Amino acid sequence: MSARRMAERRLAWLLCAPAATAMLLVTAYPMLYASWLSLFRYDLRFPDERQLVGLDNYVSVLTSEAWWQALFNTTLITLGSVSCELILGFVFALVMHRAVLGLRLVRTALLVPYGIITVVAAMSWRFAFDPTTGFVNALLGLEGAWLAERWSAFFIIIQTEIWKTTPFMGLLLLAGLTLVPVDLLRAARVDGANAVQRFFKVTLPLMRPVMLVALLFRTLDAFRIFDTVFVQTRGAQSTDTVSIVGYDALITRLNLGLGSAVSVLIFLCVLAIAALYVKGLGVDVADREAP
Amino acid sequence: MSEKREKPIERVLWGAASLLVVTYALIPVAWMVSLSLKRSADLGDDRFLPRVVSFEHYEAVFRDPQFSAALRNSIGIGAISSLAAVLLGMFAAYAIARLDFPGRRLILGAALSIAMFPPVSIIGPLFNMWRTLGLYDTWLGLILPYMTFTLPLAIWTLSAFFREIPWELERAARVDGATPVQAFVHVIAPLAAPGVFTAAILVFIFAWNDFLFAISLTSTNDARTAPAAIAFFTGSSRFEQPTGSIAAASVVVTLPIIVIVLAFQRRIVSGLTAGAVKG
Repeated sequence: MSARRMAERRLAWLLCAPAATAMLLVTAYPMLYASWLSLFRYDLRFPDERQLVGLDNYVSVLTSEAWWQALFNTTLITLGSVSCELILGFVFALVMHRAVLGLRLVRTALLVPYGIITVVAAMSWRFAFDPTTGFVNALLGLEGAWLAERWSAFFIIIQTEIWKTTPFMGLLLLAGLTLVPVDLLRAARVDGANAVQRFFKVTLPLMRPVMLVALLFRTLDAFRIFDTVFVQTRGAQSTDTVSIVGYDALITRLNLGLGSAVSVLIFLCVLAIAALYVKGLGVDVADREAP
Repeated sequence: MSEKREKPIERVLWGAASLLVVTYALIPVAWMVSLSLKRSADLGDDRFLPRVVSFEHYEAVFRDPQFSAALRNSIGIGAISSLAAVLLGMFAAYAIARLDFPGRRLILGAALSIAMFPPVSIIGPLFNMWRTLGLYDTWLGLILPYMTFTLPLAIWTLSAFFREIPWELERAARVDGATPVQAFVHVIAPLAAPGVFTAAILVFIFAWNDFLFAISLTSTNDARTAPAAIAFFTGSSRFEQPTGSIAAASVVVTLPIIVIVLAFQRRIVSGLTAGAVKG
């Protein structure tokens, strides 16, 4: 290897070192620390009673109804929001693709939900559906406290997520849509394919890679849902999600041992979802380095 | 765009669809603005628009020392995090886009895993570590996680931009005797400025939006950011619902984002989609 090549390599490592160090210190190390803590009975309110208990914390979490319910709720919210986002995202993308009203206007409007603080979005929808301050009940002639009941609360949580994140999905899909060759669509049209056939037989297969990457990131993001639930129900009416359960154990109750077990389990769930997409659906994330 | 010869009816339909999408995207914002301008007495009047416009909630919010502190913290922490993430991201992205070394895949893999990483999994350890290190409830205590969690975004956006730069200029500088570092600072950095700016905006939006770290790693006005302050708003008295104040505070923290989005929409869109779409 030439000296010049060596120098180039050294420089490359040097340039990457700060970013790599930050990533290791702030995520990898705490994650290892969490796995270590999860093996202890460790409550910050009684720090002296710290004691190695092996996998007891995992047993407590995995045998508790609260964890399984939270996992069910999180899955429900994830599936509900991501599937709607995909469909609606396609609608948004097609509207932007064909916009006659001005692409700029639509795109700018869609960036507002993306940019807005999640807490603010959650508050806005909470107030909108609130029986005293809201306008939705008056509009629909209803009189319900939406967030005081489990299923209607889920509806509001999911709809908030959809509102907040569909624009992102739409923009990604639009970028994919512009990659579909116009000639191909024209050829399909000449061959007698109607609009629906052209969409499902030509556009969709070509967009599969972009779509799957967008889906992967949105699924993982939805699985981590915290802000919206915290603001809208605070986990009441059995709407707890896994992140809320983790936060409550760690920060509210200061139970680092049990909370860390929850943290590790959430991490494993995320790994499983990512593996499912990559192995099961063949999402090509490794080559995304070359945008 | 693809089909120029559309029937008038199609044009009308797509126009109507655009209008619908725009309305859907803007309704919650309009609702917050409207709530924030209602008088306290009118908050429960079932109407979308305020009967009488009043600025009492804005006055209340800016009188509240907690909110001004939170706003200051949000701006400071967001700005420093963007600066730090972009700086570190720029170094790494340069190496990835330009230099030949075996660690490229490793760095990109690490960035990818962090993009998927659940923040809730590390708030416990960070809480414990920050208390020991004296970082709990400080600016630095939030800047570090924000910087780290936005590094993937910064690295992707920047390496995408870096690839488009005419690198012959760098080679020319090298031929003229500049070191790689000099070539980077004097030739490439100015050309990369738009990409750097895009990455900074995206990082700032992330830091401005974060709630989980903000409520887990802070406890007082020293470092509590705006989203946390809004979520924990209490009315001036125990019997008063803080709805109006929350709405006014929400509008105040949303304004900068709207301005940024309006001013830089092209860049934001290209930055957001850079990592996901090849070509």
